[in-house]
Amino acid sequence: MSGAEATLPDTAGVGASQAHESAALHVTGRAAYTDDIPLPASTLHAAFGISTIAHGRVLALDLTPVLAMPGVVAVATAADIPGENNYGGIVKDDPIFAEGLVQYAGQPLFAVAATSFEAARKAALAAKIEYAPLPAILDIRAALAADSDVIPRQHLVHGTPDAALAAAPRQLSGTVTIGGQDQFYLEGQIAAALPQDDGALLIYSSTQHPTEVQHVVAHALALHSHAVTVQCRRMGGGFGGKESQPALIAAAAAVLARKTGRPVKLRLERDADMLITGKRHDFLADYTVGFDDDGGIRALKVMLASRCGYSADLSGPVNDRAICHLDNAYFLEHVEVVSRRLKTHTVSNTAFRGFGGPQGMMVIEQIVEDIARTLGRDALEIRRRNFYGIAQRNQTHYGQIVEDNVLHILADQLEASSGYRQRRAEITAWNAANPIIKRGLALTPVKFGISFNATFFNQAGALLHIYNDGSVLVNHGGTEMGQGLHTKIAQIVATELGLPASHIRVSATDTAKVPNTSATAASSGSDLNGKAAQAAAHTLRQRLVDYACETYQVTADAIKIENGIVQIGKHMIPFADFARQAYLARVSLSATGFYRTPKIHWDRTTLSGRPFFYFAYGAAVSEVAIDTLTGETQLLAVDILHDVGTSLNPAIDLGQIEGAFLQGAGWLTTEELYWNARGELKTHAPSTYKIPTARDWPARATVRLLEHAPNPEDTIYRSKAVGEPPLMLAISVFHAIRDAVAACGPAGALPDLPAPATPEAVLNAIDAIRLT
Amino acid sequence: MTNNAAAAIRFVLDGQVVTVTDAKPTTTLLDYLREQGRCGTKEGCAEGDCGACTVVLGELNGEHIDYRAVNSCIRFLPTVAGKALVTVESLQAADGTLHPVQQAMVDCHASQCGFCTPGFVMSLFALYLRNAAPTRETVVEALAGNLCRCTGYRPIIDAGCKASQYAEPSHWSRVAAQAPALITALRAVQNDEAAALPGFQAPRSIEALATAYAATPNALLLAGGTDIGLWVTKQLRALPPIIYLGDIAELKTISDDTEALTIGAAASLTDAWAALIAHYPSLAEVAQRFASPPVRNSGTLGGNVANGSPIGDSMPPLLALNAEVLLRHAASTRRLPLHAFYLGYQQKDLAPGEFVAGIRIPHAAIDTKFACYKLSKRIDQDISAVCAAFALRIVDGIIVDAKLAFGGMAAVPARAVQAEAALIGQAWTEAAFTRAAAALAADFQPLSDLRASSAYRLRAAGNLLQRFYLEHSDAAPGLPLPVLRTHAVAVP
Repeated sequence: MSGAEATLPDTAGVGASQAHESAALHVTGRAAYTDDIPLPASTLHAAFGISTIAHGRVLALDLTPVLAMPGVVAVATAADIPGENNYGGIVKDDPIFAEGLVQYAGQPLFAVAATSFEAARKAALAAKIEYAPLPAILDIRAALAADSDVIPRQHLVHGTPDAALAAAPRQLSGTVTIGGQDQFYLEGQIAAALPQDDGALLIYSSTQHPTEVQHVVAHALALHSHAVTVQCRRMGGGFGGKESQPALIAAAAAVLARKTGRPVKLRLERDADMLITGKRHDFLADYTVGFDDDGGIRALKVMLASRCGYSADLSGPVNDRAICHLDNAYFLEHVEVVSRRLKTHTVSNTAFRGFGGPQGMMVIEQIVEDIARTLGRDALEIRRRNFYGIAQRNQTHYGQIVEDNVLHILADQLEASSGYRQRRAEITAWNAANPIIKRGLALTPVKFGISFNATFFNQAGALLHIYNDGSVLVNHGGTEMGQGLHTKIAQIVATELGLPASHIRVSATDTAKVPNTSATAASSGSDLNGKAAQAAAHTLRQRLVDYACETYQVTADAIKIENGIVQIGKHMIPFADFARQAYLARVSLSATGFYRTPKIHWDRTTLSGRPFFYFAYGAAVSEVAIDTLTGETQLLAVDILHDVGTSLNPAIDLGQIEGAFLQGAGWLTTEELYWNARGELKTHAPSTYKIPTARDWPARATVRLLEHAPNPEDTIYRSKAVGEPPLMLAISVFHAIRDAVAACGPAGALPDLPAPATPEAVLNAIDAIRLT
Repeated sequence: MTNNAAAAIRFVLDGQVVTVTDAKPTTTLLDYLREQGRCGTKEGCAEGDCGACTVVLGELNGEHIDYRAVNSCIRFLPTVAGKALVTVESLQAADGTLHPVQQAMVDCHASQCGFCTPGFVMSLFALYLRNAAPTRETVVEALAGNLCRCTGYRPIIDAGCKASQYAEPSHWSRVAAQAPALITALRAVQNDEAAALPGFQAPRSIEALATAYAATPNALLLAGGTDIGLWVTKQLRALPPIIYLGDIAELKTISDDTEALTIGAAASLTDAWAALIAHYPSLAEVAQRFASPPVRNSGTLGGNVANGSPIGDSMPPLLALNAEVLLRHAASTRRLPLHAFYLGYQQKDLAPGEFVAGIRIPHAAIDTKFACYKLSKRIDQDISAVCAAFALRIVDGIIVDAKLAFGGMAAVPARAVQAEAALIGQAWTEAAFTRAAAALAADFQPLSDLRASSAYRLRAAGNLLQRFYLEHSDAAPGLPLPVLRTHAVAVP
């Protein structure tokens, strides 16, 4: 078991396993989330009224009965929005309140403000709504059949796939079916809107993207951005679900606050949250692969379709990222991808940790496994055969050169440390001797591109103050959702200024402090904001050094700031005293920092360029057992080796890796989203939607960071992003299950197993493979 | 003993007696706490499935206080009367020192977003009080009702194992939890008489309950509230006047004589399962997988049986074991076989004003082969797609009796009469079980829903019969036992 539990001294900066900055607040219940912020007694509570049908015209929306309910103060519909009735960030096709047409069961039509949360929820159910139902397209196959695209399809051709496929010694075709996933952050969506004296608004929002909340609220209320301030101290989890969705919640609260002149809090209880807000896209891929007798991939043609739901939301970039991760760790010389972004009458799917990357990888990992099975070879051998090369075979299908490849190192180290070969032999023997319980094993790699595909998002700002008592306040554009970003930023600033971490405080994310920020997403939080905070710290440190040089008549190399002590020649001055001196000498002790990622470019029309500054890598070995009578599965053991470059905080990075792995395992096993034939989501609470529990973490788990592997690119202290990449380590769990299913059939037979691998899906796959 | 029954709810919080006079009967404990500004306790689901709202309740048991974790989100405030309440805010000492479970959580890096953390702290605190040396398995079981989406649980499990290795705290140690002053305070809030809030009464005897319910048969009987709580939080229903069963000591009695085990209707699921497991150790797994510790601490076996949900997990084993329900109406009582109690979906053989007073489980013959299985998407804290319990007697290689009971297969928990007939009189062979599995199709036409399709339910139910045969068969040595539960797996 990986430990990294030693709490290092307070002086430790970057590289120390410092506890989360809010750890003591978390365990005592003192950490305040948006719902815990005390609001004025006049605050109203709001609830959405939602569509009960998947698709239809709204013939009548009678809210008189809503207004007559106890405690109700106001209702708001599209007609109450003075500005733009839209929260879609890229395409303006997401109404805050549906008007005339509803396009999914759960779509907000209006919101009601009342004197209590309970009164608002009860009142919202009292509306009289008449619909004229329209035919609803609910899943990927139906949308393909109807040619129902929400945004135009994309077509990528790299090399000469048709010719290469025709020339390939062998061919294989198949389908990969990948389910969606609810983010299931423990804290549901919430915002509070507080009218200010000059018509401005203060918004408390649980959001990964305060700037977008600011913009959407401003546009909805026809205000300038400067009149809307958005703050977020922390979220109770985000996972992508609070990237674009919080704008809807905040905008509805703001419209009601504007209408009533009172503070309005809108909190979605769990069922509302799961019905109304978007999830991970489910995908379907039909592929044909050409390969040689050694398992080398010669050509690949893929139709990659995703269910986007009723609107575009972030589906364009999600699907672009899926295309860009179709290779995962493998060199694909001749590729054709047709990417379909399908419109369905279901909730609009959105960002979720990995952002299309996991789905792209699932496709190629199944292909590699099936090539191995077809050839009767161990899948690890076929994976290695196709890994990107170091100096050659290193160009991706979208044109980027893979310059930082550690796949071979990872696979070699993990194969040895996990005892892969020996366990493979043991499992083969077990399966030969045991008809009921079968076991499976898989080693899968991860190569994940770091940077927003859209180049302009790759910028960040920070604001740093040194107060004249020597304490330091840092603010930056990133948000804290549990990933430890604020902790890492504090460590960076502490290191840059030579101060104990206790001197540094990171304050709530605030659009009034750092403007025009990007979402804390794409694993970019510490890469971008860390560099921006570092730049601000550099600026202030330089000012202090300049002041010291001038005052004490020394050169800069005579000045050291370490552990809160400023050493100037022979003078040792506590930092607090020195800060006061600088203040009295009228040195500016406040600075901004800015960062933009170098080297990257991306052409959305040709789907080519260098979208990623670098890649993060990892690999995992999972071992499972399955019961062939019932289809139940169990993860018996996992071994993980993951590349975070030079870790900013090993404990936090291990936490990200372990958490992402289990979240990914949930996606591929127990987390099934179930819509009925009317398009109603029936899994909308933890009683019906099953994320992993403590029992699902295997007792045999070894999680390690790849050592001595600084990022070759100039990232913050040569670290690598860690938020999303380890989620895809869980693909090993799915393929271990698939391996165990394969053990039920004849050699070479290919399991037909969709994700998630629920007991029912596994039992069906066992039945099917036994008939082959 | 103070007598202050009137319309006040009194409980002990942080050593102080709290008196609430203006509560609605259906105000949840969670909402009450948060309205008081005690916001450490969180709402994650409002249905007892995520554990973010977990608090600990202490109940006087003679000279001792029993502490148990419960879900505050579905617990009505009046049911806390007479108890000691411990929330996440309670644990930190006045000088700021963290409780060992809190310190262990910090030291193990066991919180990320922190929203679920107070609930984990309270579940671990409840474990800390009752177990000085927990194993990994004990910790995992104690956490079955707490969801975390960030950590992957490893550091939380580590913290649970480690907390007891820290020095004894000054505040909320195992000794401090039984402090005489606390017991005195708790005794002071005990009421001799039933609490009587508008729309809420809590009788103190079965007699009083029988009288009250016979007089007002439209009242709602409330026990643990782990289902009724959701009527309020999820369905926003206005409830009829409530009669609360949780303050009737004699209704919590569990008695065991030479003929049968009898479990009072208000005995908690925690206590009821423990009594059942003592007789039928093979129930340990289903008991552990039944909901979660906080739900089992609040919920009652009588409530599960009286509710009669087709997917309740206590009924299949009770049906297979020939259990009877003890029914009470005014002064009269009757006994009814459990299988005759369920008339149809949400229909029971209960007269107005009649209630389930207990469950009687006759001791199975010593040569009975008995097992209970649960199939669900997730191992812990999930609702069954299929739950099955089988009790068979074999004499000289012939199956002389077979009780096959299922949940998830029909509108009510039910026996598979045709499949039973296919077994009785047959030799103990795999072929007999194959025929019984085929006969299930004549017994059941299960539903397709979010948990499983009809086809899966039928096929898996039949395969469970095969599993039963294989597990109990001496004719197939070397066959693996089901290795799918971590606590049962022989890890190589």
